Amino acid sequence: MKAVIALAVLLAGAFAAQADEKPVALKDAPGRETVTNTCNVCHSLDYIGTNSPFMTPQVWQAEVNKMINVFGAPATPEDAKVIIDYLVKNYGKPG
Amino acid sequence: MLKRRSVLQAIGGAAALAAPGMVAKLARAAEAVPLTTGLPPGEYNTATLDALPGKKPLIKLSYRPPNYETPTSYFASEFTPNDAFFVRYHLADIPDVIDPKTWKVKIGGEAAETPIELGLADLQSGFEQVEIAAVCQCSGNRRGLSDPHVPGVQWGLGAMGNALWKGVRLKDILAKVGLKKEAIELVLNGAEGPILEKTPDFIKSIPVWKALDENTLIAYSMNGQPLPHLNGAPARLIVPGWTATYWTKHIVTIDAVTKPFEGFWMKSAYRIPTGKFPVVDRFLTQEVPGSTPITEIVVNSLITAPGGPLREKPGKPIELRGIAWDGGYGVNRVEVSTDGGMNWHDATLGKDAGRFAFRQWSFRFTPAKKGSYTILAKASNKVGQTQADSLIFNPAGYHNNVPRPLTVTVA
Repeated sequence: MKAVIALAVLLAGAFAAQADEKPVALKDAPGRETVTNTCNVCHSLDYIGTNSPFMTPQVWQAEVNKMINVFGAPATPEDAKVIIDYLVKNYGKPG
Repeated sequence: MLKRRSVLQAIGGAAALAAPGMVAKLARAAEAVPLTTGLPPGEYNTATLDALPGKKPLIKLSYRPPNYETPTSYFASEFTPNDAFFVRYHLADIPDVIDPKTWKVKIGGEAAETPIELGLADLQSGFEQVEIAAVCQCSGNRRGLSDPHVPGVQWGLGAMGNALWKGVRLKDILAKVGLKKEAIELVLNGAEGPILEKTPDFIKSIPVWKALDENTLIAYSMNGQPLPHLNGAPARLIVPGWTATYWTKHIVTIDAVTKPFEGFWMKSAYRIPTGKFPVVDRFLTQEVPGSTPITEIVVNSLITAPGGPLREKPGKPIELRGIAWDGGYGVNRVEVSTDGGMNWHDATLGKDAGRFAFRQWSFRFTPAKKGSYTILAKASNKVGQTQADSLIFNPAGYHNNVPRPLTVTVA
Protein backbone atom coordinates (compact mmCIF):
# COMPACT_ATOMS: atom_id res chain seq x y z
CA MET A 1 0.00 0.00 0.00
CA LYS A 2 2.78 2.44 0.97
CA ALA A 3 4.70 1.50 -2.17
CA VAL A 4 1.57 2.11 -4.25
CA ILE A 5 1.14 5.58 -2.81
CA ALA A 6 4.82 6.38 -3.25
CA LEU A 7 4.60 5.32 -6.89
CA ALA A 8 1.45 7.35 -7.40
CA VAL A 9 3.04 10.42 -5.86
CA LEU A 10 6.03 9.93 -8.12
CA LEU A 11 3.88 9.59 -11.23
CA ALA A 12 1.56 12.40 -10.26
CA GLY A 13 4.70 14.45 -9.71
CA ALA A 14 5.53 14.31 -13.40
CA PHE A 15 2.26 15.95 -14.24
CA ALA A 16 2.09 18.12 -11.12
CA ALA A 17 5.28 19.74 -12.35
CA GLN A 18 3.18 21.12 -15.18
CA ALA A 19 -0.16 21.61 -13.49
CA ASP A 20 -0.71 23.68 -10.43
CA GLU A 21 -2.78 21.20 -8.46
CA LYS A 22 -4.09 22.73 -5.27
CA PRO A 23 -5.05 20.57 -2.32
CA VAL A 24 -8.76 19.73 -2.24
CA ALA A 25 -10.12 19.75 1.29
CA LEU A 26 -12.77 17.17 2.00
CA LYS A 27 -15.27 17.61 4.82
CA ASP A 28 -13.75 16.85 8.20
CA ALA A 29 -15.56 13.73 9.39
CA PRO A 30 -14.68 10.18 10.39
CA GLY A 31 -13.21 8.30 7.42
CA ARG A 32 -11.69 11.32 5.71
CA GLU A 33 -8.15 9.97 6.05
CA THR A 34 -9.03 6.62 4.49
CA VAL A 35 -10.84 8.35 1.63
CA THR A 36 -7.92 10.70 1.03
CA ASN A 37 -5.27 7.99 1.18
CA THR A 38 -7.18 5.64 -1.11
CA CYS A 39 -8.90 7.81 -3.70
CA ASN A 40 -6.15 10.40 -4.10
CA VAL A 41 -3.78 7.73 -5.42
CA CYS A 42 -5.39 7.87 -8.87
CA HIS A 43 -7.42 11.07 -8.93
CA SER A 44 -7.75 14.42 -7.23
CA LEU A 45 -10.48 14.67 -4.62
CA ASP A 46 -12.48 17.36 -6.42
CA TYR A 47 -14.27 14.47 -8.23
CA ILE A 48 -16.14 13.91 -4.97
CA GLY A 49 -17.39 17.48 -4.54
CA THR A 50 -18.56 17.89 -8.14
CA ASN A 51 -20.42 14.57 -7.87
CA SER A 52 -22.51 15.71 -4.92
CA PRO A 53 -24.92 15.64 -3.32
CA PHE A 54 -27.11 13.47 -5.51
CA MET A 55 -25.89 9.89 -5.14
CA THR A 56 -27.95 7.50 -3.06
CA PRO A 57 -26.13 5.02 -0.78
CA GLN A 58 -26.55 2.36 -3.49
CA VAL A 59 -24.97 4.58 -6.15
CA TRP A 60 -22.01 5.54 -3.94
CA GLN A 61 -21.52 1.89 -3.10
CA ALA A 62 -21.53 0.98 -6.80
CA GLU A 63 -19.00 3.73 -7.55
CA VAL A 64 -16.63 2.64 -4.80
CA ASN A 65 -16.97 -1.01 -5.81
CA LYS A 66 -16.19 -0.08 -9.42
CA MET A 67 -13.07 1.79 -8.30
CA ILE A 68 -11.89 -1.26 -6.35
CA ASN A 69 -12.97 -4.12 -8.62
CA VAL A 70 -12.48 -2.57 -12.06
CA PHE A 71 -9.86 0.13 -11.49
CA GLY A 72 -7.89 -1.69 -8.80
CA ALA A 73 -8.13 0.90 -6.02
CA PRO A 74 -5.99 -0.35 -3.11
CA ALA A 75 -8.70 -0.78 -0.47
CA THR A 76 -9.46 -3.63 1.91
CA PRO A 77 -13.11 -4.57 2.49
CA GLU A 78 -12.88 -2.62 5.78
CA ASP A 79 -11.53 0.44 3.96
CA ALA A 80 -14.35 0.15 1.42
CA LYS A 81 -16.93 0.20 4.19
CA VAL A 82 -15.36 3.30 5.77
CA ILE A 83 -15.14 5.06 2.40
CA ILE A 84 -18.74 4.32 1.41
CA ASP A 85 -19.97 5.39 4.83
CA TYR A 86 -18.03 8.68 4.63
CA LEU A 87 -19.24 9.49 1.11
CA VAL A 88 -22.86 8.64 1.86
CA LYS A 89 -22.91 10.76 5.03
CA ASN A 90 -20.94 13.74 3.73
CA TYR A 91 -21.48 13.78 -0.03
CA GLY A 92 -24.62 11.72 -0.49
CA LYS A 93 -28.15 12.60 -1.46
CA PRO A 94 -29.84 14.18 1.55
CA GLY A 95 -32.32 11.68 2.96
CA MET B 1 -23.00 33.82 -16.00
CA LEU B 2 -24.58 32.36 -12.95
CA LYS B 3 -26.84 34.71 -11.06
CA ARG B 4 -26.72 35.21 -7.35
CA ARG B 5 -30.06 33.57 -6.75
CA SER B 6 -28.92 30.38 -8.48
CA VAL B 7 -25.71 30.42 -6.49
CA LEU B 8 -27.69 30.57 -3.28
CA GLN B 9 -29.91 27.75 -4.46
CA ALA B 10 -26.82 25.81 -5.42
CA ILE B 11 -25.08 26.31 -2.13
CA GLY B 12 -28.15 24.94 -0.48
CA GLY B 13 -29.49 24.75 3.01
CA ALA B 14 -26.19 24.46 4.84
CA ALA B 15 -25.01 27.85 3.67
CA ALA B 16 -28.38 29.40 4.43
CA LEU B 17 -27.68 28.66 8.09
CA ALA B 18 -24.26 30.32 7.91
CA ALA B 19 -23.53 33.95 8.64
CA PRO B 20 -24.65 36.37 5.89
CA GLY B 21 -21.04 37.45 5.28
CA MET B 22 -20.08 33.86 4.62
CA VAL B 23 -22.90 33.41 2.10
CA ALA B 24 -21.80 36.56 0.25
CA LYS B 25 -18.22 35.27 0.17
CA LEU B 26 -19.30 31.89 -1.21
CA ALA B 27 -21.48 33.62 -3.78
CA ARG B 28 -18.61 35.80 -4.96
CA ALA B 29 -16.30 32.81 -5.29
CA ALA B 30 -18.88 30.90 -7.31
CA GLU B 31 -19.68 33.87 -9.54
CA ALA B 32 -16.11 33.95 -10.79
CA VAL B 33 -16.60 30.56 -12.47
CA PRO B 34 -18.86 30.83 -15.53
CA LEU B 35 -20.92 27.71 -14.85
CA THR B 36 -24.34 27.19 -16.36
CA THR B 37 -27.41 26.44 -14.26
CA GLY B 38 -28.70 22.95 -13.51
CA LEU B 39 -25.41 21.30 -12.53
CA PRO B 40 -25.03 19.24 -9.33
CA PRO B 41 -25.06 21.68 -6.38
CA GLY B 42 -21.63 20.48 -5.22
CA GLU B 43 -20.08 21.59 -8.48
CA TYR B 44 -20.72 25.27 -7.76
CA ASN B 45 -18.38 25.27 -4.78
CA THR B 46 -15.87 22.76 -6.18
CA ALA B 47 -15.19 23.93 -9.74
CA THR B 48 -12.64 26.72 -10.15
CA LEU B 49 -11.09 28.73 -12.96
CA ASP B 50 -7.58 27.39 -13.41
CA ALA B 51 -4.91 27.62 -16.10
CA LEU B 52 -3.08 24.50 -17.23
CA PRO B 53 0.33 24.94 -18.89
CA GLY B 54 -0.16 26.60 -22.26
CA LYS B 55 -3.84 27.22 -21.59
CA LYS B 56 -6.01 30.15 -20.60
CA PRO B 57 -8.00 29.77 -17.37
CA LEU B 58 -10.65 27.15 -18.06
CA ILE B 59 -13.34 25.65 -15.84
CA LYS B 60 -11.49 23.07 -13.76
CA LEU B 61 -13.71 20.15 -12.81
CA SER B 62 -10.83 17.90 -11.73
CA TYR B 63 -7.12 18.57 -11.43
CA ARG B 64 -5.91 14.98 -11.85
CA PRO B 65 -6.55 13.56 -14.32
CA PRO B 66 -7.16 17.03 -15.78
CA ASN B 67 -10.73 17.68 -16.85
CA TYR B 68 -11.18 21.32 -17.85
CA GLU B 69 -14.04 22.74 -19.88
CA THR B 70 -14.14 25.73 -22.18
CA PRO B 71 -16.14 28.74 -20.93
CA THR B 72 -18.92 29.29 -23.46
CA SER B 73 -17.73 32.84 -24.23
CA TYR B 74 -15.06 31.23 -26.45
CA PHE B 75 -17.75 29.76 -28.71
CA ALA B 76 -18.46 33.24 -30.06
CA SER B 77 -15.66 32.64 -32.57
CA GLU B 78 -16.04 30.13 -35.38
CA PHE B 79 -12.94 28.20 -34.30
CA THR B 80 -12.21 27.53 -30.66
CA PRO B 81 -8.76 28.88 -29.74
CA ASN B 82 -6.18 26.18 -28.98
CA ASP B 83 -5.35 27.73 -25.62
CA ALA B 84 -9.03 27.63 -24.62
CA PHE B 85 -9.83 24.17 -26.02
CA PHE B 86 -11.21 21.76 -23.42
CA VAL B 87 -9.00 19.11 -21.83
CA ARG B 88 -10.20 15.63 -20.97
CA TYR B 89 -8.21 12.70 -19.59
CA HIS B 90 -9.37 9.46 -18.00
CA LEU B 91 -6.02 8.42 -16.53
CA ALA B 92 -3.45 10.48 -14.70
CA ASP B 93 -0.15 9.11 -16.00
CA ILE B 94 0.21 11.67 -18.76
CA PRO B 95 3.61 11.89 -20.41
CA ASP B 96 5.53 15.12 -20.21
CA VAL B 97 5.80 16.86 -23.55
CA ILE B 98 6.61 14.22 -26.17
CA ASP B 99 9.53 15.01 -28.50
CA PRO B 100 8.00 15.15 -31.98
CA LYS B 101 11.37 14.08 -33.43
CA THR B 102 11.39 10.75 -31.61
CA TRP B 103 7.63 10.05 -31.42
CA LYS B 104 6.36 7.22 -33.61
CA VAL B 105 3.00 5.58 -34.24
CA LYS B 106 3.04 1.83 -34.93
CA ILE B 107 0.37 0.51 -37.25
CA GLY B 108 0.08 -3.26 -37.20
CA GLY B 109 -1.91 -5.97 -35.47
CA GLU B 110 -2.90 -9.50 -36.40
CA ALA B 111 -4.96 -8.29 -39.36
CA ALA B 112 -2.23 -6.11 -40.88
CA GLU B 113 -0.19 -7.36 -43.86
CA THR B 114 2.90 -5.17 -43.36
CA PRO B 115 3.16 -3.38 -40.00
CA ILE B 116 4.85 0.02 -40.20
CA GLU B 117 6.12 2.74 -37.89
CA LEU B 118 5.71 6.36 -38.81
CA GLY B 119 7.25 9.47 -37.31
CA LEU B 120 5.95 12.99 -37.70
CA ALA B 121 8.22 13.68 -40.68
CA ASP B 122 6.93 10.51 -42.38
CA LEU B 123 3.35 11.69 -41.92
CA GLN B 124 4.18 15.12 -43.27
CA SER B 125 6.09 13.93 -46.33
CA GLY B 126 4.79 10.50 -47.27
CA PHE B 127 1.06 11.13 -47.63
CA GLU B 128 -1.43 13.64 -48.97
CA GLN B 129 -1.96 16.41 -46.40
CA VAL B 130 -5.62 16.99 -45.57
CA GLU B 131 -7.42 19.76 -43.66
CA ILE B 132 -10.85 19.44 -42.14
CA ALA B 133 -12.92 21.65 -39.84
CA ALA B 134 -14.60 19.48 -37.23
CA VAL B 135 -16.22 19.60 -33.82
CA CYS B 136 -14.48 17.58 -31.14
CA GLN B 137 -17.11 16.92 -28.49
CA CYS B 138 -16.75 14.74 -25.43
CA SER B 139 -19.46 12.07 -25.23
CA GLY B 140 -20.23 13.35 -21.74
CA ASN B 141 -20.67 17.00 -22.70
CA ARG B 142 -23.69 18.28 -20.68
CA ARG B 143 -23.68 15.20 -18.42
CA GLY B 144 -23.90 17.58 -15.47
CA LEU B 145 -27.32 18.67 -16.74
CA SER B 146 -28.84 15.21 -16.57
CA ASP B 147 -32.02 15.07 -14.51
CA PRO B 148 -31.66 13.06 -12.34
CA HIS B 149 -27.90 13.59 -12.12
CA VAL B 150 -25.65 10.64 -12.93
CA PRO B 151 -22.09 9.94 -11.71
CA GLY B 152 -19.13 10.98 -13.86
CA VAL B 153 -17.30 14.15 -14.80
CA GLN B 154 -20.04 16.75 -14.40
CA TRP B 155 -19.55 18.59 -17.69
CA GLY B 156 -21.58 21.67 -18.40
CA LEU B 157 -21.71 23.11 -21.92
CA GLY B 158 -18.02 23.38 -22.76
CA ALA B 159 -16.61 19.88 -23.26
CA MET B 160 -16.39 20.62 -26.96
CA GLY B 161 -14.66 22.79 -29.51
CA ASN B 162 -14.39 23.40 -33.22
CA ALA B 163 -10.99 23.35 -34.89
CA LEU B 164 -9.32 23.15 -38.26
CA TRP B 165 -7.38 19.90 -38.11
CA LYS B 166 -4.55 19.01 -40.45
CA GLY B 167 -3.07 15.59 -40.95
CA VAL B 168 -3.20 12.52 -43.14
CA ARG B 169 -6.00 10.10 -43.89
CA LEU B 170 -5.87 6.93 -41.82
CA LYS B 171 -7.16 5.25 -44.97
CA ASP B 172 -4.00 6.21 -46.89
CA ILE B 173 -1.82 4.81 -44.12
CA LEU B 174 -3.86 1.60 -43.98
CA ALA B 175 -3.49 1.23 -47.76
CA LYS B 176 0.26 1.14 -47.23
CA VAL B 177 -0.05 -1.34 -44.36
CA GLY B 178 -2.56 -3.55 -46.12
CA LEU B 179 -5.56 -4.84 -44.17
CA LYS B 180 -6.37 -8.55 -44.30
CA LYS B 181 -9.94 -9.29 -45.25
CA GLU B 182 -10.64 -10.60 -41.72
CA ALA B 183 -9.97 -7.17 -40.16
CA ILE B 184 -13.07 -5.86 -38.36
CA GLU B 185 -11.80 -3.17 -35.95
CA LEU B 186 -8.83 -0.89 -35.46
CA VAL B 187 -7.64 -0.71 -31.84
CA LEU B 188 -6.29 2.70 -30.77
CA ASN B 189 -3.94 3.47 -27.90
CA GLY B 190 -2.32 6.71 -26.79
CA ALA B 191 0.79 7.35 -24.72
CA GLU B 192 -1.01 8.18 -21.48
CA GLY B 193 -1.79 5.41 -19.03
CA PRO B 194 -3.11 4.53 -15.60
CA ILE B 195 -1.41 5.14 -12.25
CA LEU B 196 -2.04 1.56 -11.09
CA GLU B 197 -1.19 -1.47 -13.13
CA LYS B 198 -4.64 -2.96 -12.48
CA THR B 199 -6.52 0.02 -13.95
CA PRO B 200 -7.62 -0.64 -17.54
CA ASP B 201 -5.61 1.47 -19.97
CA PHE B 202 -7.70 3.83 -22.07
CA ILE B 203 -7.84 1.83 -25.29
CA LYS B 204 -10.60 2.28 -27.87
CA SER B 205 -11.56 0.69 -31.17
CA ILE B 206 -13.38 1.82 -34.29
CA PRO B 207 -14.91 -0.29 -37.04
CA VAL B 208 -12.83 -0.79 -40.18
CA TRP B 209 -15.40 1.11 -42.26
CA LYS B 210 -15.00 4.20 -40.07
CA ALA B 211 -11.22 3.91 -40.15
CA LEU B 212 -11.43 3.89 -43.95
CA ASP B 213 -13.70 6.96 -44.05
CA GLU B 214 -11.91 9.71 -45.97
CA ASN B 215 -12.50 12.13 -43.09
CA THR B 216 -10.79 10.02 -40.42
CA LEU B 217 -7.31 11.48 -39.95
CA ILE B 218 -4.18 11.26 -37.90
CA ALA B 219 -3.80 14.98 -37.20
CA TYR B 220 -0.72 16.84 -36.03
CA SER B 221 -1.98 20.40 -36.41
CA MET B 222 -4.92 22.31 -34.99
CA ASN B 223 -5.93 25.78 -36.16
CA GLY B 224 -2.61 26.15 -37.97
CA GLN B 225 -0.45 25.28 -34.95
CA PRO B 226 1.01 22.05 -33.60
CA LEU B 227 -1.51 20.33 -31.29
CA PRO B 228 -1.33 21.61 -27.71
CA HIS B 229 0.25 18.91 -25.54
CA LEU B 230 -2.95 18.45 -23.53
CA ASN B 231 -4.96 18.06 -26.73
CA GLY B 232 -2.90 15.09 -27.90
CA ALA B 233 0.48 16.16 -29.31
CA PRO B 234 2.35 15.17 -31.35
CA ALA B 235 -0.59 13.54 -33.16
CA ARG B 236 -4.08 12.31 -32.44
CA LEU B 237 -6.88 10.61 -34.25
CA ILE B 238 -9.65 12.77 -35.72
CA VAL B 239 -12.96 10.98 -36.25
CA PRO B 240 -15.24 13.73 -37.56
CA GLY B 241 -18.89 13.24 -36.68
CA TRP B 242 -18.19 10.83 -33.83
CA THR B 243 -17.76 11.79 -30.20
CA ALA B 244 -14.26 12.49 -28.88
CA THR B 245 -13.89 9.16 -27.06
CA TYR B 246 -12.58 7.78 -30.38
CA TRP B 247 -10.22 10.72 -31.04
CA THR B 248 -7.25 9.05 -29.34
CA LYS B 249 -4.67 11.59 -28.12
CA HIS B 250 -0.85 11.07 -28.25
CA ILE B 251 -1.56 8.11 -30.51
CA VAL B 252 1.16 5.43 -30.40
CA THR B 253 -0.43 2.20 -31.66
CA ILE B 254 -3.14 1.30 -34.16
CA ASP B 255 -3.81 -2.43 -34.38
CA ALA B 256 -6.02 -4.12 -36.94
CA VAL B 257 -7.84 -7.01 -35.26
CA THR B 258 -10.08 -9.88 -36.34
CA LYS B 259 -12.23 -10.03 -33.17
CA PRO B 260 -14.15 -7.32 -31.31
CA PHE B 261 -11.83 -5.54 -28.88
CA GLU B 262 -12.77 -6.57 -25.33
CA GLY B 263 -11.32 -3.75 -23.18
CA PHE B 264 -13.27 -2.04 -20.41
CA TRP B 265 -13.54 1.27 -22.30
CA MET B 266 -15.39 -0.49 -25.13
CA LYS B 267 -17.30 -3.25 -23.35
CA SER B 268 -18.53 -1.32 -20.30
CA ALA B 269 -17.99 2.39 -20.87
CA TYR B 270 -19.23 4.78 -23.53
CA ARG B 271 -22.38 2.84 -24.23
CA ILE B 272 -25.96 3.94 -24.84
CA PRO B 273 -29.20 1.98 -24.74
CA THR B 274 -29.81 0.58 -28.23
CA GLY B 275 -32.49 2.37 -30.21
CA LYS B 276 -33.10 5.14 -27.71
CA PHE B 277 -31.46 7.90 -29.78
CA PRO B 278 -31.99 8.89 -33.40
CA VAL B 279 -28.49 8.00 -34.57
CA VAL B 280 -27.64 6.46 -37.93
CA ASP B 281 -24.11 5.09 -37.47
CA ARG B 282 -23.93 1.79 -35.61
CA PHE B 283 -20.83 -0.01 -34.40
CA LEU B 284 -22.25 -3.49 -34.91
CA THR B 285 -19.28 -5.65 -33.87
CA GLN B 286 -19.52 -4.06 -30.41
CA GLU B 287 -23.30 -4.27 -30.01
CA VAL B 288 -24.84 -6.53 -27.37
CA PRO B 289 -28.55 -6.91 -26.59
CA GLY B 290 -29.80 -3.58 -25.24
CA SER B 291 -26.50 -1.73 -25.40
CA THR B 292 -24.41 -0.22 -28.18
CA PRO B 293 -21.33 2.01 -28.30
CA ILE B 294 -21.91 5.72 -28.62
CA THR B 295 -21.09 6.83 -32.17
CA GLU B 296 -22.13 10.07 -33.82
CA ILE B 297 -22.76 13.44 -32.20
CA VAL B 298 -26.47 14.30 -32.00
CA VAL B 299 -27.68 17.55 -33.55
CA ASN B 300 -27.38 20.41 -31.09
CA SER B 301 -27.11 24.18 -30.69
CA LEU B 302 -26.07 26.82 -28.20
CA ILE B 303 -26.95 30.49 -27.80
CA THR B 304 -23.64 32.33 -27.41
CA ALA B 305 -24.90 35.92 -27.29
CA PRO B 306 -26.17 37.25 -25.08
CA GLY B 307 -24.04 35.08 -22.81
CA GLY B 308 -26.54 35.08 -19.98
CA PRO B 309 -29.85 36.52 -18.81
CA LEU B 310 -30.39 39.97 -20.28
CA ARG B 311 -32.43 43.04 -19.30
CA GLU B 312 -33.53 45.34 -22.07
CA LYS B 313 -35.96 48.19 -22.71
CA PRO B 314 -39.06 47.63 -24.89
CA GLY B 315 -38.55 48.43 -28.55
CA LYS B 316 -34.82 47.81 -28.46
CA PRO B 317 -33.60 45.22 -30.97
CA ILE B 318 -31.83 42.22 -29.48
CA GLU B 319 -29.26 40.40 -31.56
CA LEU B 320 -29.09 36.69 -30.70
CA ARG B 321 -26.13 34.69 -31.94
CA GLY B 322 -25.17 31.08 -31.59
CA ILE B 323 -23.74 27.91 -33.02
CA ALA B 324 -25.21 24.61 -34.21
CA TRP B 325 -23.55 21.31 -35.05
CA ASP B 326 -24.27 17.64 -35.64
CA GLY B 327 -22.66 14.31 -36.52
CA GLY B 328 -21.68 15.41 -40.00
CA TYR B 329 -24.95 15.32 -41.94
CA GLY B 330 -24.87 19.11 -41.97
CA VAL B 331 -27.02 21.57 -40.05
CA ASN B 332 -29.47 23.15 -42.46
CA ARG B 333 -31.86 24.93 -40.13
CA VAL B 334 -31.85 26.74 -36.82
CA GLU B 335 -35.10 27.98 -35.34
CA VAL B 336 -35.52 30.41 -32.49
CA SER B 337 -38.46 30.79 -30.15
CA THR B 338 -38.94 33.90 -28.02
CA ASP B 339 -41.97 32.52 -26.17
CA GLY B 340 -40.66 29.36 -24.56
CA GLY B 341 -41.22 27.10 -27.55
CA MET B 342 -44.77 27.98 -28.64
CA ASN B 343 -43.74 29.69 -31.87
CA TRP B 344 -40.57 29.18 -33.89
CA HIS B 345 -38.84 31.44 -36.42
CA ASP B 346 -35.96 30.66 -38.79
CA ALA B 347 -32.60 32.08 -37.79
CA THR B 348 -30.08 33.21 -40.41
CA LEU B 349 -27.31 30.69 -40.93
CA GLY B 350 -23.69 31.86 -41.21
CA LYS B 351 -21.11 30.59 -43.64
CA ASP B 352 -20.79 26.86 -44.13
CA ALA B 353 -17.33 25.77 -42.97
CA GLY B 354 -18.09 22.13 -43.73
CA ARG B 355 -20.58 19.60 -42.49
CA PHE B 356 -18.55 18.63 -39.39
CA ALA B 357 -17.96 22.19 -38.14
CA PHE B 358 -19.87 24.63 -35.96
CA ARG B 359 -22.41 26.53 -38.04
CA GLN B 360 -22.90 30.04 -36.75
CA TRP B 361 -26.36 31.62 -36.79
CA SER B 362 -28.06 34.86 -35.79
CA PHE B 363 -31.55 36.10 -35.08
CA ARG B 364 -32.76 39.58 -34.35
CA PHE B 365 -35.94 40.34 -32.48
CA THR B 366 -37.43 43.47 -31.03
CA PRO B 367 -39.65 42.88 -28.01
CA ALA B 368 -42.43 45.46 -28.03
CA LYS B 369 -44.02 44.61 -24.71
CA LYS B 370 -42.64 44.49 -21.20
CA GLY B 371 -42.31 41.06 -19.69
CA SER B 372 -40.14 38.01 -19.43
CA TYR B 373 -39.15 36.27 -22.68
CA THR B 374 -37.88 32.71 -22.75
CA ILE B 375 -35.55 32.29 -25.71
CA LEU B 376 -34.83 28.84 -27.15
CA ALA B 377 -32.82 27.71 -30.16
CA LYS B 378 -33.31 24.43 -31.99
CA ALA B 379 -31.16 23.04 -34.81
CA SER B 380 -32.07 20.48 -37.48
CA ASN B 381 -29.91 18.71 -40.03
CA LYS B 382 -30.07 17.43 -43.59
CA VAL B 383 -31.30 13.97 -42.58
CA GLY B 384 -34.26 15.47 -40.69
CA GLN B 385 -32.93 15.07 -37.17
CA THR B 386 -33.73 17.77 -34.66
CA GLN B 387 -33.05 18.46 -31.00
CA ALA B 388 -35.03 16.54 -28.38
CA ASP B 389 -37.90 18.39 -26.69
CA SER B 390 -37.15 16.71 -23.39
CA LEU B 391 -34.26 14.75 -21.94
CA ILE B 392 -33.73 11.21 -23.19
CA PHE B 393 -32.38 9.86 -19.93
CA ASN B 394 -29.56 7.32 -20.02
CA PRO B 395 -27.30 6.10 -17.19
CA ALA B 396 -24.14 7.77 -18.48
CA GLY B 397 -25.77 11.12 -19.28
CA TYR B 398 -24.86 11.15 -22.98
CA HIS B 399 -26.47 12.93 -25.94
CA ASN B 400 -28.23 15.72 -24.05
CA ASN B 401 -29.43 18.06 -26.80
CA VAL B 402 -32.45 19.61 -25.10
CA PRO B 403 -32.64 23.35 -25.97
CA ARG B 404 -31.33 25.56 -23.15
CA PRO B 405 -33.60 28.46 -22.19
CA LEU B 406 -32.25 32.02 -21.98
CA THR B 407 -34.30 34.65 -20.16
CA VAL B 408 -34.66 38.17 -21.51
CA THR B 409 -36.42 40.58 -19.18
CA VAL B 410 -37.98 43.55 -20.91
CA ALA B 411 -38.77 46.35 -18.48
